[in-house]
Amino acid sequence: MENFTPISALIGGVLIGLSAVIMLAGNGRIAGISGILGGVLNTRGSERLWRVLFLGGLLLATLGYQFFAPESLIIEVQSTPVMTVVAGLLVGFGTRLGSGCTSGHGICGIARFSKRSFAATATFMLFGFATVYIVRHVLGGGL
Amino acid sequence: MNSNSQGLAHSVVSLASGLLFGLGLIISGMVNPAKVIGFLDLAGNWDPSLIFVMGGGVVVTTSTFWLVLKRDQPLFDNKFFLPTKADLDPKLLLGSALFGIGWGIGGLCPGPALTAVATLDPSLVLFVGAMLIGMVLQSLIAD
Repeated sequence: MENFTPISALIGGVLIGLSAVIMLAGNGRIAGISGILGGVLNTRGSERLWRVLFLGGLLLATLGYQFFAPESLIIEVQSTPVMTVVAGLLVGFGTRLGSGCTSGHGICGIARFSKRSFAATATFMLFGFATVYIVRHVLGGGL
Repeated sequence: MNSNSQGLAHSVVSLASGLLFGLGLIISGMVNPAKVIGFLDLAGNWDPSLIFVMGGGVVVTTSTFWLVLKRDQPLFDNKFFLPTKADLDPKLLLGSALFGIGWGIGGLCPGPALTAVATLDPSLVLFVGAMLIGMVLQSLIAD
């Protein structure tokens, strides 16, 4: 467990929670990323604007880190290009079919005591664990 | 508050919420697919950090959402936009399962992917492109 970073994980988690709170208190919206991105594709006008601005904020966070602290921005994709595409297709299709992802179901839905979000979160966690087990320990990590 | 200043406040909240969300993902290390896989790899060199990210986020949202939702409306919009479906349907579970498989393969969910893609890392661009295609495919099938 030498990679375990509880303090920064907790600080980051609190910031994500605060982000969801100001979105709900200010604009009455759920800070669910897959729903926001999906909405960009099929809304117009002010309904599209707030979504674009939110996603712009995500990009701005990375650009700020690249400018001020590039050494602490670590991004390592380990999957091959083909499997990265497969993963992206599954994540895009699955989050829209399942009405949410880690943020909308995991962070916001649980706070609303939504039965659907509890079920969704349990399901994607379970399948995430099972997939990594199969890829790493059955197939030998060859993806 | 007139509608112009309300619109401006709405936009500022959207951008600030996105920025906070992105910073939370970067600080917690969740933008790094290798770290997410480290959490999902229970049988390997397990990194429990993601529990603290989810935990920190959920504590903040759960302790505040109920208070926010006691108001008649949010500060800068005329109503709360909350999910209305209440029942567990096959789409929710199938979608979440597909998402979990994709998450396990790539170590990326929508939030971290859309944050990290600002680096223009080719793997991230590939993932986000595939994710968008997956979302469009889902909406075509849904219609």
